[in-house]
Amino acid sequence: MTEYTERLLSESPRKHAGERLRAIWLLIVPLAAILFEVYVPRFVPFLAYLELPLLVTVHFALSRGGPISAVFYGTAIGLAQDSLSHQPLGMYGIVKALVGYFAASVSMRFDVENPVVTFVLSFFFYFFHQFFYWVLARALLGEAVLFDAQQTLIFGLLNAAVALPLFRILDKLKGAS
Amino acid sequence: MDFFLSRYRNLTVLLVVITAQLVLIAYQVKSNNSVPLIRVWAVTAVTPVEQGLEVVRRYTWGFVEDYFVLLGVRSANEKLRQENGQLKIENAYLKSELGTADRAKALSLFQAQSPSKTVAARVIGNGTGANSKVVFVDRGSTSGVESGMAVVTPDGIVGKVVDAYPTASLVMLITDPTFGAGVVSQRNRVHGTLRGLGHAECLVDFVQNEERVDLGEWFYTSGDDRIFPRGFPVGQVTAVRNGKTFKEIYVTPSATQVEEVLIVINGVHQEIPDSETASPGYKILAPPPSAVTQAPQETGQPAALTTDADRLREIYKEAGDAQHHVYGVGVPGSKPPDFTKIPGLRANAPPAAEAHPAAPGNPGPAPSTPGATQAGTAKPPLPGVSPAAQPRVKPPTDKAAAPKPTVRPTTPILVTDPTDADPGAEGAPPPPKPSKPAATPAQTAPPATPSNP
Repeated sequence: MTEYTERLLSESPRKHAGERLRAIWLLIVPLAAILFEVYVPRFVPFLAYLELPLLVTVHFALSRGGPISAVFYGTAIGLAQDSLSHQPLGMYGIVKALVGYFAASVSMRFDVENPVVTFVLSFFFYFFHQFFYWVLARALLGEAVLFDAQQTLIFGLLNAAVALPLFRILDKLKGAS
Repeated sequence: MDFFLSRYRNLTVLLVVITAQLVLIAYQVKSNNSVPLIRVWAVTAVTPVEQGLEVVRRYTWGFVEDYFVLLGVRSANEKLRQENGQLKIENAYLKSELGTADRAKALSLFQAQSPSKTVAARVIGNGTGANSKVVFVDRGSTSGVESGMAVVTPDGIVGKVVDAYPTASLVMLITDPTFGAGVVSQRNRVHGTLRGLGHAECLVDFVQNEERVDLGEWFYTSGDDRIFPRGFPVGQVTAVRNGKTFKEIYVTPSATQVEEVLIVINGVHQEIPDSETASPGYKILAPPPSAVTQAPQETGQPAALTTDADRLREIYKEAGDAQHHVYGVGVPGSKPPDFTKIPGLRANAPPAAEAHPAAPGNPGPAPSTPGATQAGTAKPPLPGVSPAAQPRVKPPTDKAAAPKPTVRPTTPILVTDPTDADPGAEGAPPPPKPSKPAATPAQTAPPATPSNP
């Protein structure tokens, strides 16, 4: 770890506080996010485009800061999502592992407490997630799925807007725990 | 090596994890094996929670919703009952109609009537993935569900089971872009392949441009895919246009509301209905059997002569041919053929062999001779009138007695002979009494048993 990185880390209140999510929240929060994704859109179809498991992965990576744990956390959530789909296991796992790794790496260099930074990072990772999943589906599975960039941008903004209060709630849960 | 791993430890872990998952994907794609253990764990962990949520939702939100809705409906019904008894009857009728239209009841009725063995299931959640259209149902392998089974509703097909877990199954909807099924059109029997498009409509592919498919035409499952039994409705054509090689046929699936479904455990192929079907929910009675099938055979008339106008035209044509008269040739004012010589119009009653007297209460065959046609035969029984009140035709009692028409003639020229008068008409002579004063029940009974009283 370089000196510059250490200085940045020392400036991050997340790292100094030493707050750690407890194991129970590490299980319940992604499970709830996955349940939301598979259950709620039955009644509100528009919410199908809310990628809560991705936001949980991003939040974990930004708050924990460790790329390795973020990689495994994202992989676990992604594999759980794959298990509930008819796609081969690993599609979401790879994408969310990459998201976790990059988010954790970014958290060392930015003040992720800033809402603007959180909004931009959430939007970026949503777009990256959707785009990389589309690349994998075409390259590995040979599926001719469409990638609607305009729609992805809109839903990226939506997810980023949801990420702001969601991260607040998760921070409070973390503090309460 | 140790330096490399310690310096790039994070990147190394990332590469190892991604490589492992790539190998996992390659293994699944190559072996067509989906590593069911992990999926079983995930589904078994998630679906019980989903079922619990569904139960909670049904008994909390549904109860509250029903309470408020029924509160208003009940008070309105009370007022209506007090104000008007007729509205009370109508309300009860509408309630019974609503009860009949209940989805669960319709599903059970369909399940009982369908020759295929099915198991009912309830949709408990959606699958993940923005592009895929999959749902979870609460029936799994413990209920006999297996991968590849068809999922239907009374309105039409819904999808097929792609994965069966112990407590739940994953169903791919027909709107999924990777879905495919063999279909056939109802009217022209055009075969094609149904494909999902990811939205509300589906595409019927591989139909040649030369084939004919009409707008509004229904598509049914053809059974060619060995998944869906033949004869299940799929949807109605909403757009047709010619493509480069194949037609572009867009179909709106008929099964739109998917809450309760039936999984076809053991499918039985059915016939595709020939006639035009109305929208689901409308019942159309079958055509009357005697009016269509019996009349042409028993009258001996040509199949083309089906209406009274056709028969009348044929009679006049025969009369003209007998008198060597060609219609449309003579000048205005020339002598027309003598239509009074049409056999059977006057007293020269048709012989018994040609006339077919109808049995009482039986509509009987249509007249085979022109005279019988003009003089009339037994009318079909009036609907809603008891057989005793129907106009009767007196059966022949001896050799000399010709069959008497019972229907009042339509033209005055046909009643010149008193014997042709309607015995039931006012002022007409009473019918001859039977020779024996007391007839046995067998004699009083009609000679032929009415087939359709």
